[in-house]
Amino acid sequence: MLRLPNLIRLLAFAVLIAFLTQPQWFEPLLRPLVQQNAPAIYNQGSLLQLTLLHLRTVAIATAGATVVALALAILVTRPSGAEFLPLSRSLVNIGQTFPPVAVLALAVPIFGFGEKPTLIALFLYGLLPIFENALTGLTTLPPAIMEAARGTGMTGRQRLMKVELPLAMPVILAGIRLSVVISLATATIGSTVAARTLGEVIIAGLQSNNLAFVVQGGLIVAVLAVLIHDGLQAAERRLGSRVGR
Amino acid sequence: MIEIEGITKRYGETTVVKDVSLTIAPRTVTVIVGTSGSGKTTLLRMINRLVEPTSGTIRLDGEDNRTLPGFELRRRIGYAIQGHGLFPHRTVAQNIATVPTLLGWDRARIDAKVAELLTLFQLDPAAFGPRYPHELSGGQQQRVGVARALAAEPKVLLMDEPFGALDPIIRAKAQDDLLAIQKHFETTIVLVTHDMEEAFHLADRIAVMDKGEVVQYATPAEMLVKPATPFVESLIGAGERPFRLLAIETVADAVEPGAAEGEAISSTASQREALSALLWSGRKALPVIGPDGAVIGKVSLEGLAQRAAGPA
Ligand SMILES: Nc1ncnc2c1ncn2[C@@H]1O[C@H](COP(=O)(O)OP(=O)(O)O)[C@@H](O)[C@H]1O
Ligand SMILES: [Mg+2]
Repeated sequence: MLRLPNLIRLLAFAVLIAFLTQPQWFEPLLRPLVQQNAPAIYNQGSLLQLTLLHLRTVAIATAGATVVALALAILVTRPSGAEFLPLSRSLVNIGQTFPPVAVLALAVPIFGFGEKPTLIALFLYGLLPIFENALTGLTTLPPAIMEAARGTGMTGRQRLMKVELPLAMPVILAGIRLSVVISLATATIGSTVAARTLGEVIIAGLQSNNLAFVVQGGLIVAVLAVLIHDGLQAAERRLGSRVGR
Repeated sequence: MIEIEGITKRYGETTVVKDVSLTIAPRTVTVIVGTSGSGKTTLLRMINRLVEPTSGTIRLDGEDNRTLPGFELRRRIGYAIQGHGLFPHRTVAQNIATVPTLLGWDRARIDAKVAELLTLFQLDPAAFGPRYPHELSGGQQQRVGVARALAAEPKVLLMDEPFGALDPIIRAKAQDDLLAIQKHFETTIVLVTHDMEEAFHLADRIAVMDKGEVVQYATPAEMLVKPATPFVESLIGAGERPFRLLAIETVADAVEPGAAEGEAISSTASQREALSALLWSGRKALPVIGPDGAVIGKVSLEGLAQRAAGPA
């Protein structure tokens, strides 16, 4: 049974796919935004390919940030790692306050132009939301349940895998969702250092004063962000209802 | 048999449990009572080493409870707490199967045990096994919590205010069920409560704690007749003493020869129930029927009054 919000999502997805595979269909819509003779559809590469590369960059950076942030959160919530809690908090906070543009500028001399500086910037930027949420999730578990887990004779590792992580999962997922959405938007600036992302389309538009390029680059990123955000939120809700939160 | 010997627990400067020694006989129900903060929970949790004592020894069937690693010890001791602590992301069946799974029982044995316990606690295995805890009532959740604690057939069951969250009617039923199950599995139960009514109803022996010390460890009857300190006396409630005395004995012990008119009472009922029936019906005596339904004598108002009287 399709309800209205799902219908809209499905429609948005269909339009996105159509735009990426058959952009010329939408030419009449974008034409009014450009001067005569200027192209209304991005013509310096495939939009579909750029989108896939954009998603790949975000996926790699988020996966890395998830692994590191989650490992860190688990470490500092164990009794043996509790003393590192303040240190890891400040490290991750620095990652967040450092502007991604500055990370790019610093990383280019070391790693050269291309995807790497962008991955590093996105990785650092994505750490904080995941870490903070994982920390919240792992430290606010109901005391009676934690007591029961110890009382039934679970070892520390068993408590983590069988009780703590499953119960904290909806909150951890919310952190990953936040991180993905931030990264989807931030990845565009990677194209200033020659990473192949949808930022290319926007930058090309700015350089040739082509409003249509800027709009289509921006819209693709925005629709991607909304769809992925919604998808992850639905997953969280299903998990959340299972763990009774 | 649980032997607690000279157990002390200190947190920094404060002594929470102070030099406690108790011997708990197998297959009995021992109830620990006392005001809030008197160290009941801490004492209980030192038995399964959720709390490590500062000094002293606890032996289970003669074996020091520090012989095994803590988690292995806890798999052998049942533990049920107030608010049940069921895992919300696991079904009722999975919750009950927790300890057997940790112990590596095979699937068929686990399934059989889960079904047996659910049936014993009057929950249909097919209907309740696949449910999640939030789909149960408070009383059902509490029963599943106790079933989980009993799943690996522990000899010892520790319970920390297990019925604290239940309303009075369900609570009374849960207490009776617990006694039946204790008989069935011959479990040694140590139960913490601050409800004296509950203590007198369940206990073979009661340990009264005050500021970390056990001030009296005695059978309910002894405690009523000879409270060790004014604190114990006040905890029992001076006005309640005759009624508590009658509540812990059955009508069978108060049967007198002779006949009486009107509705009969069972010999397994408590003397307090008999008194209540006498007062309410305005009679001087009730006929008593034995387990087989035959009249075996009478119980009289006068007889009960004598039994409820304290030592002169
Ligand atoms: N981990 C702990 N650290 C410090 N003090 C504690 C700790 N656990 C319990 N206490 C203190 O010990 C005392 C007894 O607690 P508890 O055994 O829970 O009492 P009860 O169960 O009788 O209410 C309380 O004053 C409590 O504050
Ligand atoms: Mg307590």
